[in-house]
Formats: sequence, structure tokens, C-alpha cells
Amino acid sequence: MKLLEFLKRERKKSASVAKERLQIIVAHQRSQRGQPDYMPMLERELLEVIRRYVHVGDDAIQISLDSEDNCSVLELNVTLPKSERD
Amino acid sequence: MAKIIVVTSGKGGVGKTTSAAAIATGLALRGKKTVVIDFDVGLRNLDLIMGCERRVVYDLVNVIQGEAGLNQALIRDKRVENLFILPASQTRDKDALTQEGVEEILDTLKETFDYILCDSPAGIERGAQLAMYYADEAIVVTNPEVSSVRDSDRILGLLSSKTRRAVQGDDPIKEHLLVTRYNPERVTQGDMLTLDDIREILAIDLLGLIPESEAVLRASNQGVPVTHDADSDAGQAYTDTVSRLLGEDVPLRFHEWQKKGLLSRMFGGGRR
Repeated sequence: MKLLEFLKRERKKSASVAKERLQIIVAHQRSQRGQPDYMPMLERELLEVIRRYVHVGDDAIQISLDSEDNCSVLELNVTLPKSERD
Repeated sequence: MAKIIVVTSGKGGVGKTTSAAAIATGLALRGKKTVVIDFDVGLRNLDLIMGCERRVVYDLVNVIQGEAGLNQALIRDKRVENLFILPASQTRDKDALTQEGVEEILDTLKETFDYILCDSPAGIERGAQLAMYYADEAIVVTNPEVSSVRDSDRILGLLSSKTRRAVQGDDPIKEHLLVTRYNPERVTQGDMLTLDDIREILAIDLLGLIPESEAVLRASNQGVPVTHDADSDAGQAYTDTVSRLLGEDVPLRFHEWQKKGLLSRMFGGGRR
């Protein structure tokens, strides 16, 4: 029975894998559009500073800049590991 | 009023120069006075694709630096009336291009030409940004392949932020998608992104679809833009593309795979 299922299972077409990967990466790229050029550098340096005090992974920090009419808000989210929260 | 159109892609090797040469040729064949400018300073190739490499005397950088007049640098195409080529420099470094110099050349060309095509270098550096800066429209050349589609999206980001129209808050650049090297057989097999996939991801208007074709290499070997090969699929696809650029409503061709029948397999089904 297992063998039959294995034989019947169709290999996922590579083009649909490509499409899914592209949709994710393009959405990510677009979220960064219009941001100032210094943002990746700022993100890296903030991560370095945080790491002097807490051990966090590369994806522990999320940074975004939103502009409204007359001010910009820099939003910084850092996920700290459970053991180091105190 | 002349239209400035940049042919760009981000990724290299997807068919920018082939497309710029083919579309410029197509526009001139339709009676539009057209000039195609090679912005790839240091790695010029448009002259080879257009078959005028032995007639290059002065180039874009010579004109910008005042060593030659624009009319001395423009090369008249041997095959089509109304078609001119402005070659890139081969030796100088990329900083030889200045924004003011480019603007001055484009302003002069605008007085006499209907269409000015800017063949962008690959990448997103200075040369590519200068090629797109003054554009009214952009043709984004994309292969059905992940890195090309991703880079095209990056280019779309630059077009909407780093061009004169974006900086000055004018009407945005009109963006066109040109899919090249499309292989309907592989699409049918599920191993190539479909045209609809690419359109959905990039979300810009489709200008044309060029099938993967032996005619393209044949054309570049001979230095004759593929538009002249009117029997070939790629030549016809570029002619359709030019018609759409001129605002005509032309149905899409060459996007579906026709399984070869016994007869055509035995006798060969036309030129590809």
C-alpha cells in the first residue's frame, strides 16, 4: 500500500517551487522599497550592539521605518531568548 | 516629441542588447526615426549586434567630453533608413559618464528623433541608473528563471524611486514587461515558470514574449538584428512587440507548445 502511494505521488514541479520562492523573496524586497540606503547598515550595527549584552540570532531583530505626514517612526523589534529575559 | 525608452533588466545575459537592437530596428522599419544608445561603458556590444562594429569612430564618452560632435559619433544603420546607433566607449572607466553630459545628449537627440532607446548595462550601479534616469518608459527584460525575475523586481524598485520622473514627482515611468528565452515545451512539462507566473509576480503590463529561438544566435553571429529574420519566430515576436509599443492591440503568439505531428517531425516544421 505504501509503495503504491509512493508511486502515485507526483513529484512537485520545479516551476511551482520557483514561483513560491519568488513570491516570498519579492514580497520581502518590496517591503524594503523606499527605505533609506543606510537601513541595512543600521540594522547590522544595532544587532552588534545588542549582542554585546544578549546572545541573539541574526533574525532576532526587525527594523522598519514608516513615514507619516511630518514625522518618521523607526520601529525596532528584538526577540530575546527566553533564558536571558531577566 | 521624442520618447526615451530604457531597456533594462538588472541581471546580465537575459537579452537586453538583443532586444534593444531588435526593437530599435522594428521601430525604424515602421518609419520612426530611432536612435539606440549603448550605455555599457567599458563593455560595448550593441555595435556588434547591430553589425556596425567596424564603423565606430567616436563614442558616447567622446561626445560627453567634447572630443567629438554628436553627429560625428552617430552611426547610420546600413539596412534601415531612420536608424542610428550611438556606441559606448570601450576603454574608459565608467565615471566618464556624467549625468549632465547624458542629459545634454538626450536633449539634442530629442529634437530630431521619434524614439531614443537606451541599452542599459547589467547591474544596478551608476551606468544602469544613468541609462534609466531620463526615461519616459522602461522595457524590463526578464527570463523565466528565478534570479532574473528577482532582479527585475529590484529594477522596478529603482525605476519608481531613482529616475527623474520619480525624483521630480512627475507621472511615473511606464513599465513594460518583455519575457525572453521562453520555452513553451518546458513550461508544459512544469519545469519553467509560466508567463502568467511572471506577470503575477512582477505585476506590470506585458509588452511581448520572445520564444527561445535558434534565430537569435544566428542573428547575433551575423550582426543583423533578428527583426530582419521575418520568417523566424523570434523575429515575428519582436515585430509584434514593436506594434504593441506603438499602441496596437496584437494577440500573443509563441506562448503555447504545439506538439509536433508525425509529418512535421519527418519533414521539419518550418524554420525556428
